[in-house]
Formats: sequence, C-alpha cells, structure tokens
Amino acid sequence: MGRWWIPAAGALALVSVLLGAMVGPAGPTWWRVPLALLDHLPLVSLDSGVTSREWTIIWDIRMPRVVLASLVGSMLSLSGASYQGVFRNPLVDPYLLGVAAGAGLGATLVFTLNRTGSSTWIIDPLPLSAFVGGLLAVLVTYVVGTAFGGQKSASTLVLAGVAVTALATAIQTFVLQRHTDVVRQVYSWILGRLSSATWGDVRLVLPYVVVSSAVLFMHRRLLDIMRVGDDEATALGASVNRVRIIVVIAATLGTSAVVAVSGLIGFVGIIVPHAVRLLAGASYRVIVPLSLLMGASFLIIADIPGRVLQNPSETPIGVVTAFLGAPFFLLLLRTKQGTR
Amino acid sequence: MSKKSIRQFRGVTRRTFLAVGASALLFAACGNSGQSAADTVAEASSDTAVPEVSTNKIVSLSATATEMLYAIGAQDQLVAVDNYSNYPEAAASFENKIDASQPSAEAIAALDATVVLLAYDPGNLQTQLEALGITVWTGAAATSFDDSYKQITELGELTGKSTEAEALVASMKSDIETAVSSMELPDAPVSYFYELDNTYFSVTSNTFVGQIMSQFMLQNIADTAEAGNDYPQLSQEAIISANPQLVFLADTKCCQQDAQSVAARPGWNKIDAVAKGNVVELDDDVASRWGPRVVDLVKQVAAAVAKFVETSKK
Repeated sequence: MGRWWIPAAGALALVSVLLGAMVGPAGPTWWRVPLALLDHLPLVSLDSGVTSREWTIIWDIRMPRVVLASLVGSMLSLSGASYQGVFRNPLVDPYLLGVAAGAGLGATLVFTLNRTGSSTWIIDPLPLSAFVGGLLAVLVTYVVGTAFGGQKSASTLVLAGVAVTALATAIQTFVLQRHTDVVRQVYSWILGRLSSATWGDVRLVLPYVVVSSAVLFMHRRLLDIMRVGDDEATALGASVNRVRIIVVIAATLGTSAVVAVSGLIGFVGIIVPHAVRLLAGASYRVIVPLSLLMGASFLIIADIPGRVLQNPSETPIGVVTAFLGAPFFLLLLRTKQGTR
Repeated sequence: MSKKSIRQFRGVTRRTFLAVGASALLFAACGNSGQSAADTVAEASSDTAVPEVSTNKIVSLSATATEMLYAIGAQDQLVAVDNYSNYPEAAASFENKIDASQPSAEAIAALDATVVLLAYDPGNLQTQLEALGITVWTGAAATSFDDSYKQITELGELTGKSTEAEALVASMKSDIETAVSSMELPDAPVSYFYELDNTYFSVTSNTFVGQIMSQFMLQNIADTAEAGNDYPQLSQEAIISANPQLVFLADTKCCQQDAQSVAARPGWNKIDAVAKGNVVELDDDVASRWGPRVVDLVKQVAAAVAKFVETSKK
C-alpha cells in the first residue's frame, strides 16, 4: 500500500509542472504548451504553432517560477518534516531556529544600504545577504542553545530560537523605522514571491537544495529511530546529538537558500509534512521522499491562482498558501480526530 | 486507529485530493479561456499592419510618470497604469490597474505592452520584461528639479512628444521662478516642521521637498534629528520644544490630519505655528510625487510663507 504513494506523488508532481507551464494571463493556448515543450527536446520535432514570444513566456517567465516553486516547496516541506522529527514537536516549522527573522534582517539591510538598485553588483546582494542572515541567526541560536542546554538541549535550542527570532525582528523593526523609504520593498519581500523568478535564481538555490535533500534523505532511517526518544534512541545505538546537528545544519542550509530567493512563504513546512503523515504513515522512510514530491506539487499548484486571480496584478504566494493550506489542514485534522 | 477506520480516513483524504486536483484543473481552464481571447485580439491587430505612428503601448507602474504622460499629451499611448495613478481624473478611472508592488511580467505581455515605466523594480521585473522584448524606462524618485525635468524630457523623447515635453519643462521652470521671485521672502529664517504621517515621520532639507522649502528661507527642524537619515521620525517632545513657526501636513489623505486635529493634540497649541494659524494642509500625492504638479506644491508653499510674512508684520 505505502509504496504506491511515491509513484503517485511523482505523477502528481509531473502533472503540477505541466499545469504550471500551461496557465497564465498571456502565452499560447494551453494545449500547445506540452507540444512546445516536447518540440524543444533533443531529437523531437513537432509543429506546436507557438511563436517565439510565446515560447519566451513559457520558458523564461513560467518555467523558472515552476522550477523554483518546486525547489522551494520541496525544501521547505522536507526541512519542516526533518525539524519536526529531530525535535519531536509537531508544531515546528523550518523557520523555527531563526532562519526567517535572520534572512528578513539580511534582506532589510540590503534594501537600506543599496537603495539605488543592485545593477552595479556582480552578484545580486539580496539573496546573498538574506542567506547569510538566516545562517548567522541559526548559528547564534545553536551556540546559545547548546552552551546552556546540557541534557535538555533540544528544548533549550527551540527556546534560543524564539529569543534570536525576537532579537532579529526587533533589529529589523528598528532599521525599518530609520529607513521608512524601503518599507514597501521589504514588505513585498516578506510576502514571498515566485513571480519574479529567473533561471539565475534557480541556479542559485539548486546546489543547496540538492545537497541538503541528499543529506536529509540519507538520515531518514535515523529520523525513525529518533522518534522513540533521546534515551531509547541512544540505547539503540544512534548518536542522538550528532544526528540532530547534521539534520539541523542540512535543513537550515536548504531553508536559508530558498528563503533568500523567494522570501517568506509560510505554512508549507508544516502542512505538507503533516498531510503526508496523515496519508502515508509516520515512517520517515516514506515521509522524506513524499514531503519532497508533495511539497513541490503543493507550491507549484498554489502559485497558479495567484497569476490569474487579480490579473494583471499578482496575488502574493504567501497569501495563497495560507488561504488554500489552512482550510485543507483543518479538514485533515478533523478527519484525523474523527477516526481516532 | 483500526484498519477499517484507516481505510475510511484514507478514502476521505483521497477524495479531498481529487477535489483539490479538480479545482486546479478548473483554474487552468479559466486562465486559458481568457488567454485565447487575448490571443485572437493580438493576432487580429498584427494582421491589419498599423502604420508607424506612435505604436507605443505603455504600461506605467509609476504614478508620477503617469502624471507626466498626461501633461505632455501622450496619454493615448497608455494601456495600463498602476493602482497609485490617481491623477488626472482620467488616470484614476483607467480600466487596467496593476498593483505596482506585485506586477506580473506575463500579464503585462498579455496587454501587448511595448514600454513599461517604473519608479523602482520590485524584483527581477526589468530582466523578465526585457526577455519579452519590452522596453523598460526607470524614473526613480527625483532628488532635484533637474531630475524631474530630465525625466519629463526623456518621456517626451520616448513618446514622440519632445516639443510638448520641452514646453512643459519651460513652463514649470518659469512658474516656479515667478512663484519664488514675485514674493517678499522673510527677513530671518523661519523654522518649519514637515509631517509625513501622524507618527511624526518627517523629511530633512536634503530631500526634494526639503529643497523646495529651502528656497523660501525656511529652516527644517528635522535636519539635526538623525545624522544620515533623511526621513527621521521625531518625537512630540522634540517638535514642541523646537517650536516651529510653520507646520506642513503631508498626511491629510493618508491619515486624515488637518489644522484642527493638530491643534487638538495635547501640548501642540503651545507651538507658534498652531497658535497663529500657520498649519498648512498639503495634498499627500502632490507632495510626494515629482511630476508636473510640483509647481502646485511650490505655489502652495509660497502662499503659506507670504501669509506668514504678512501676519508677522502686524
């Protein structure tokens, strides 16, 4: 039974990618899009009837956001699932240890220091600074949390994350108060965005997502052992703290990278892993690959209504994920309660 | 959970997934029906081979640029404006309105736009638009009159309305000069507080507005507030103790402030400007844009200063 979920989720992801490439306010009629994509495969030649401008829309506007949505969605879901595993806390999301607040502070600093735009820079400083901010925040959380943690390091770490988040948010508020002219840019970044995705963004996050996912993938059996509790897992031969550190580092690295390019997209990291658990069971051998695939599908699909609802404007992706995600999640929870 | 209940539960969630999938397909269908209609229009217009007279189709994502276009008579080239473009009346009632903080390159392409006017780039918009062969013009917030004139001239060239643009710049220059030179300036510097909102954010003399004020022998009380920050937030205590002789309200629309509400603030009736009726109500939009209506702002400030000079003589 369980093994059917993975091919099914894979198929759903493929369908999502196709849907993502087909829907939008401009571009060719929807059925021409798959033909055009096939036509551009090596050794395939088809008459798709798509003009070069339409192909630009498909390939340079829609595909980067579809691919980026899949990377961001799968990374956030996977990180969320892993954090929930190592902290044995179902409410944990990938922003727990201060990534979001740190990245937000980093982004705010770039906007205030670089008001003329980033055209003179070789590398776009915005994702870089958000990435560094996110990593630094988690590093501080980690140092503080383990310095005083002792045996209870898991909960101390979470509390340290809360403190670091509050501190970084306070600094961000102070900086914004002194630079009110950038409030609009920062606000738009915080809402999260996939609409401005380019292939450059995809290239930027791809290595981090691949490495982080691979590390988390390799730890899926150890995450299962962690479920029984620190003492029992140690008795079973797992070095609990080492696993926790590695998983946290990998999840943070991936999360920081995706937050840096897409802003804060909420809810994905909590909803998708829980939906997966409710559907396919609690074993991380299934949760890890399923979170990856379902996270990708969820965010690609959530990105679609935003393009057409308020045409010619975009609805922020963070609004759509919460709007679709919250009722869906409540429905799942209710169903779960009913079957207890 | 018993095996049976698990099965039931999975059945329910499977149905939920089907429902989600179906609604996604619905979205797909909606998106595409609209889009094929747009395609037909686009094809039809390219078939009829329009002659080369101002084939620009401009999307303005800058309220100031919109005002400039209307002032030089290039408004018929506009196909969409942003949601802040509320002047003149015709721009306010424009059918196609785009949220400038969340624009979509694809939607702009669907409007068949050839030129997009920006005040700032919210993301990679310029890169995306240029990939679609759309020209992007950026007119960042002006820091001087010359900036503003330069932008009008550029828009004139872009729209084939250079003569009109030159005439507009010339008339703005002469109007501003007349407004300043035709009045009696105060003998000594007059202190003022410029209110951006009702939490007392202000501007320094380095800003565009600040420069306008400086032409009238006005001295900004916010200049020394925070080094390096041209938009400082002042405290009520600082404002009251600085005792400005003039107060300019650039928050009459955003925050519904007026001379009366300012006078009602505790302690503010001790301020010279409030006690002597020198609180000036500005239009937020006029005061925050750098288009042709800068002239109106200059005239309003001139009138306020003239009134101040007049009353202080008595």
